[in-house]
Amino acid sequence: MEKRVIFRSAWLPYVLLLPQITITVMFFFWPAAQAVYYSFQLQDAFGMSSQFVWFENYLTLFRDSHYLSSFRVTAFFSVLVATSGILISLVLATMADSVVRGALAYKTFLIWPYAVAPAVAGVLWAFIFAPSIGIVTYFLKKFGIDWNWIINSEQAMLLVVVASVWKQISYNFLFFLAGLQSIPKSLLEAAAIDGAGPFRRFWTIVFPLLSPTTFFLLVMNIIYSFFDTFGVIDATTEGGPGDATKILVYKVYYDGVKAADLGGSSAQSVILMAIVITLTVIQFRYIERRVQY
Amino acid sequence: MVENRPVRDFLAHAVLIAGVILVAFPLWVTFVASTLTFEQIVAVPMPLWPGDHFLDNYRQVLTAGSEKGSSAPVSTMLVNSLIMALSIAIGKITISILSAFAIVYFRFPGRSFFFWSVFVTLMLPVEVRIIPTFKVAADLGILDSHVGLAMPLIASATATFLFRQFFMTIPDELAEAARMDGAGPIRFFIDVVLPLSKTHMAALFVILFIYGWNQYLWPLLITTSESMYTVVIGIKRMIAGGDASNEWHLIMATAMLALLPPALVVILMQKWFVKGLVETEK
Repeated sequence: MEKRVIFRSAWLPYVLLLPQITITVMFFFWPAAQAVYYSFQLQDAFGMSSQFVWFENYLTLFRDSHYLSSFRVTAFFSVLVATSGILISLVLATMADSVVRGALAYKTFLIWPYAVAPAVAGVLWAFIFAPSIGIVTYFLKKFGIDWNWIINSEQAMLLVVVASVWKQISYNFLFFLAGLQSIPKSLLEAAAIDGAGPFRRFWTIVFPLLSPTTFFLLVMNIIYSFFDTFGVIDATTEGGPGDATKILVYKVYYDGVKAADLGGSSAQSVILMAIVITLTVIQFRYIERRVQY
Repeated sequence: MVENRPVRDFLAHAVLIAGVILVAFPLWVTFVASTLTFEQIVAVPMPLWPGDHFLDNYRQVLTAGSEKGSSAPVSTMLVNSLIMALSIAIGKITISILSAFAIVYFRFPGRSFFFWSVFVTLMLPVEVRIIPTFKVAADLGILDSHVGLAMPLIASATATFLFRQFFMTIPDELAEAARMDGAGPIRFFIDVVLPLSKTHMAALFVILFIYGWNQYLWPLLITTSESMYTVVIGIKRMIAGGDASNEWHLIMATAMLALLPPALVVILMQKWFVKGLVETEK
């Protein structure tokens, strides 16, 4: 799509683009290129000298059981966050779409967690589930469940999943609600007249028509659980106990900032970049497809 | 819809109320904890009804920070967060609207190259280029400053796209008429494009304000002095202790202060928020 009517100037467009391009080059392209460059380097322990080692850092990574376990943890974590977040939001959105009274109030009360920073969401849930003083911990103990996410891996994972899903529900909810409201009511009425009950209508009409939204949310939730949940994890488990909640992003941060392993951390960055690029391409392929509808 | 359905209505309301309670429960506990004393919180189980230390706790964190840990007052952190959120939101909107205008209303060598190079930034979140970006900021001498907090985050592919899409829908007749009347591109931009873009700018502002306020990894990396902490980082610094030794009453008061401004923005500007969210992500 192109404009027919345009303005002519040899210099103005470049001036207009200058701020955006300057920042993009300085803080995006240059650092990304540096990350690729460092990933081929091996530094000595004091950072005094470095040598070019080709793919050594990558090979070391894929031989490192900690790194491979971080992959498994990330996959498990993002599948849990994406599927449970999408399911809960779909149920809530379907209900909110069907009620007449109070729809706006429900919406208002369900969307505010979007505004909570992931790190703050982590702190909130960590407090509720705190091993010695948490209010939920207290009730769990009454049911005979010994809750301590500081030493129990499964419980630590559950805690970060709950905090991450809680924050993401509002986002999914709004997109599902918009999707549901765009489904023509005449379709549902026709099905109802033909004798299809509520469940039948949902599975044969609503769910298929929502599938573009669901797919979009699936990609967005995976991106969310890969990157934005850094705050949740850093404010609660810090990757522990052991490596139980050390997702890829947290490991890049930990190895690069805390353990000062420049080459290894950069190689991980490059692998992550490849993952983001793949996800973004999938997302845009899908948007292109939807435009043709 | 078509059939009369008291049972389904009842079920729907029940599910929604359960959802609202589940979503609000952490907020309630946080609020209650922020009105109690430390002793009341660690006496398990803590009460679920607000106590009478609301003013004490909030005064303490706003003016003097936590008692044992960092002594930076939360009011300074709130100001830092506000500066960061506002500069990111305004900065992103400004540079994106300018570049979208250049891309849509001009033909020049390298146009599509620039467009695509902005697009590619979508694929480079801060998290994948942590250390090199930190080095750039260090070389520029902007660590531990407001400029350093905001500037690296103000390039925006999504905002540029949104404005580009919108500019494409502005009728060509407007630009034609403006040219006929002798208006140059800058005049046209100021008198026609900017006023037309108001709703898009408002919607984007809400989303970007929340984005800026909630930044975590970047401020964590580049702020070292307490006077530069944003409030989200301040909370993280307060929970350094252990489970029962944390000053939870003060941490929870700080958490309330950290989540209230963006939550109010979402609730009060709900219409813009929904529009901004749904449009920027498409």
